[in-house]
Amino acid sequence: MIRLERVSFRYSGAARPTLDEVDLEVPEGELCVVVGETGSGKSTLLRTVNGLVPHFSGGTLGGSVTVDGRSTRTHRPRELADVVGYVGQNPLASFVTERVEDELAYTMENLGVAANAMRRRVEDTVDLLGLAELRDRPLRSLSGGQQQRVAIGAVLTASPRVLVLDEPTSALDPAAAEEVLNALARLVHDLGLTVLMAEHRLERVLPFADRVVVVPGRGARLTVGPPAEIMRTATVAPPLVELGRYLGWDPLPLTVRDARRRAAALRQRIAPMQRTIARERPADGRQTVAELRDVAVHYGPVVAVQSVSLDIRAGEVTVLMGRNGSGKSSLLNVVSGGRRPTRGSVRLHGGDPRRLAAQELVREVGLVPQDPGVLLYAESVRSECHHADRVAALDAGTTRGALARVLPGIPLDLHPRDLSEGQRLAVALAVVLAPAPSVLLLDEPTRGLDYPSKDRLVTLLRELAASDHAIVLATHDVELAARVADRAIVLADGELIADAPAREVVCHSPVFAPQVAKVFAPDEWLTVGEVRAALEEVPA
Amino acid sequence: MPGGRSVHPLAWWGWAACLGVAAMQTTNPNPFLLLLIAAVVSFVVASCRGNSPWSRSLALFVKIGLVVIVIRLAIEVLFGQRGIPGHVLFSLPRVPLPSWAAAVSIGGKVTLESLITAFVLGLQLAVILVCFGAANSLVSPYRLLRCLPSILYEAGVAVTVALSFTPELVDTVSAVRHARRLRGVPTTGVRGIRGIAVPVLEGALDRSLQLATSMDARGYGRRNESSRAATRIAVSATATGLLSAAVGLYGVIDAGSLFGLGLPIVTVGVAVCAVGLTVGGRNLRRTRYRPDRWGAPEWAILGSGAVALAAMGIAHALGIAGMTASFVPLAVPALPVLPVVGIVVAALPAFVAPSRRAAGAPVRSDLGAAVA
Repeated sequence: MIRLERVSFRYSGAARPTLDEVDLEVPEGELCVVVGETGSGKSTLLRTVNGLVPHFSGGTLGGSVTVDGRSTRTHRPRELADVVGYVGQNPLASFVTERVEDELAYTMENLGVAANAMRRRVEDTVDLLGLAELRDRPLRSLSGGQQQRVAIGAVLTASPRVLVLDEPTSALDPAAAEEVLNALARLVHDLGLTVLMAEHRLERVLPFADRVVVVPGRGARLTVGPPAEIMRTATVAPPLVELGRYLGWDPLPLTVRDARRRAAALRQRIAPMQRTIARERPADGRQTVAELRDVAVHYGPVVAVQSVSLDIRAGEVTVLMGRNGSGKSSLLNVVSGGRRPTRGSVRLHGGDPRRLAAQELVREVGLVPQDPGVLLYAESVRSECHHADRVAALDAGTTRGALARVLPGIPLDLHPRDLSEGQRLAVALAVVLAPAPSVLLLDEPTRGLDYPSKDRLVTLLRELAASDHAIVLATHDVELAARVADRAIVLADGELIADAPAREVVCHSPVFAPQVAKVFAPDEWLTVGEVRAALEEVPA
Repeated sequence: MPGGRSVHPLAWWGWAACLGVAAMQTTNPNPFLLLLIAAVVSFVVASCRGNSPWSRSLALFVKIGLVVIVIRLAIEVLFGQRGIPGHVLFSLPRVPLPSWAAAVSIGGKVTLESLITAFVLGLQLAVILVCFGAANSLVSPYRLLRCLPSILYEAGVAVTVALSFTPELVDTVSAVRHARRLRGVPTTGVRGIRGIAVPVLEGALDRSLQLATSMDARGYGRRNESSRAATRIAVSATATGLLSAAVGLYGVIDAGSLFGLGLPIVTVGVAVCAVGLTVGGRNLRRTRYRPDRWGAPEWAILGSGAVALAAMGIAHALGIAGMTASFVPLAVPALPVLPVVGIVVAALPAFVAPSRRAAGAPVRSDLGAAVA
């Protein structure tokens, strides 16, 4: 269905090619997952499929890309629109109309689908992706995850034979991600849809994948194969695979069910160690740095947050979880002083965050928003770091040091807008982390980050917490939450429904439990690291 | 009340236009008739509007209307016509002006009569604005654009994108401002504004590139190779038609020019235009999702507006007492029956328009809010 033959691609002005002599064939009805480190060229590979690369990106493409017998050499993206549906990383930027239902019909209108067929397909898609309640809503009023679902729906209605998705679940909560992936798997199985998707959260997609393509980056050869085989050596691996590799299981488990069967004996063996290794870090003696009392946030008639009271404490990593649109980002915005709460009060070190002078604010509170690009304004990564040092009166090179710790090897001369999504996030993280603000707020900080970058981020956050910084993360990434959080807060429809030690909240929730917790339930193990430590201590 | 479908946008715009034109009928309008039109329009909006962000635009237009009235009164106080006899309220010091500016006077005696006249003229403009606001409240501009003939589709998309771009720009500005503050950079002063403008403009450029990419990937601008020539014919026919219609209209308005050929030229121009639109539309392979239907409720809505307009027009032509109101000498104008009945008929949509809200009676409690 998709055939890439000796495809090479070099962005104009780039020193080396992004893709070099790539050969790939994806047969009809296959779900193929593209993995690779941040900035390795996954998005570029995906965009060659419908001709956005090179028709919209510039640069030089060698070799040939054919989809359903049509070559991108002779067909522009618009002439492939009936065969390939493409959903990019930023759904909001791809919306053309104003209302959900019109957006769903947009591609079909362009293709000239008959009116009654259009109506039927819109209804089908609405049911398939659970969009019934959103159909009349303006697109801008939707949360990030809802927008993602609409964007997928908007290409599905045209019933393409190939679907190309760039990180389709990164903005979705675990339950919504599961739903979207199930819907896609159904289309693959029942209708022979061909899916090519890039994804960093392998724990979500591996159970659905027929084949995995590894893009090693820097123009090196692709590795293609069945998931269990590829995962044996891949540098990016979900916790389940890590566990399997550590224990020498063969074949590697790809689903929680597989792993649970193998782990029965192990579970009993390490159970006695639970009290010594898997336990809470003590919470007492932590000083409150931010106080929220009865905070409510309304956007016109929409209630985003309703009467939340909450203390944020120094030396503690708090993770905010909840469905898409449950008010997580609004809460972070209020704490950082970006928005005045409709009701209630926010105190940061006893003062109003909105009253702080800009220079003081940098040291008091740092926020990395969901779209990290808005934080960056300089012409190159180098001058961005330089600015950050100067504004916060830091020693020269502090921000560059922080950047090297989050994601080493980012080309410093590039414009921030030319970076990949994950690289841009890394720069924003570095800029905010460098002045070491006493309250650090991160909104979905792992979008587009690979596992090694996440490891580095976890280490960095734990170090900051150890030196008495307060950290709040809003995230859907349960694996990250499991590794870094002391305390978990769950929001639902703007209300606080749980606020307890992370282990307690996460382990007993079917939605928020990380893979290791699911494998060892009802015991409360959270990470591979804990299991490893237990095995090393347990008498053989 | 019939089912939950939405009314054709052109029916609402036609209805609002009729009432707006009705308010424009006379140069010295009767304020009671104007207020009646405003009340009817507000009542219909309160019972028929949906719940999109645009539905609240009537309130905005009412506010603009009030500002217009205030400005009209202020102008009257400062530069008003003097020499009209009447009840003097107060008097301002007169500013002597040279003889060549005799037509303008500044200051002087301000009479109650002149203020009332100014108020009524301001009110007339305000009511026209309210009619326009009502159309916006009842139909979002996006839905109106969907009624464009398909050859103008691409122009329509450009307008749609521009419309959604404005609120987006506002959002971006506040996001960037907040982000700058978080980075510890001042957000005021010349440097602050430059620091905000650059990322906002960069963002806007970025966004338009992404939008172009997305539109192309979703098939925007697909057409048959064979239809290129037909499109060219259609576009040139439409342009020629519009141009000759404009020239012809000039001839109609200025009876002395074009040797009385104004009307024929307009007719030919419109006909050529129609041919262009049809030819162009036939060759486009695009379809429309859930096109708005024109049925009985649409006829009733448009008809009720037309009745109001006709009643006003006929009453004006017949010279019925009370159609024009003069406040010199001061008197309460009479309320003519025919126009009142006509305007009240224009409230019909509140009862016949299919509501997009939950089934049940129109929500009357909104009425006060809409008028206020």
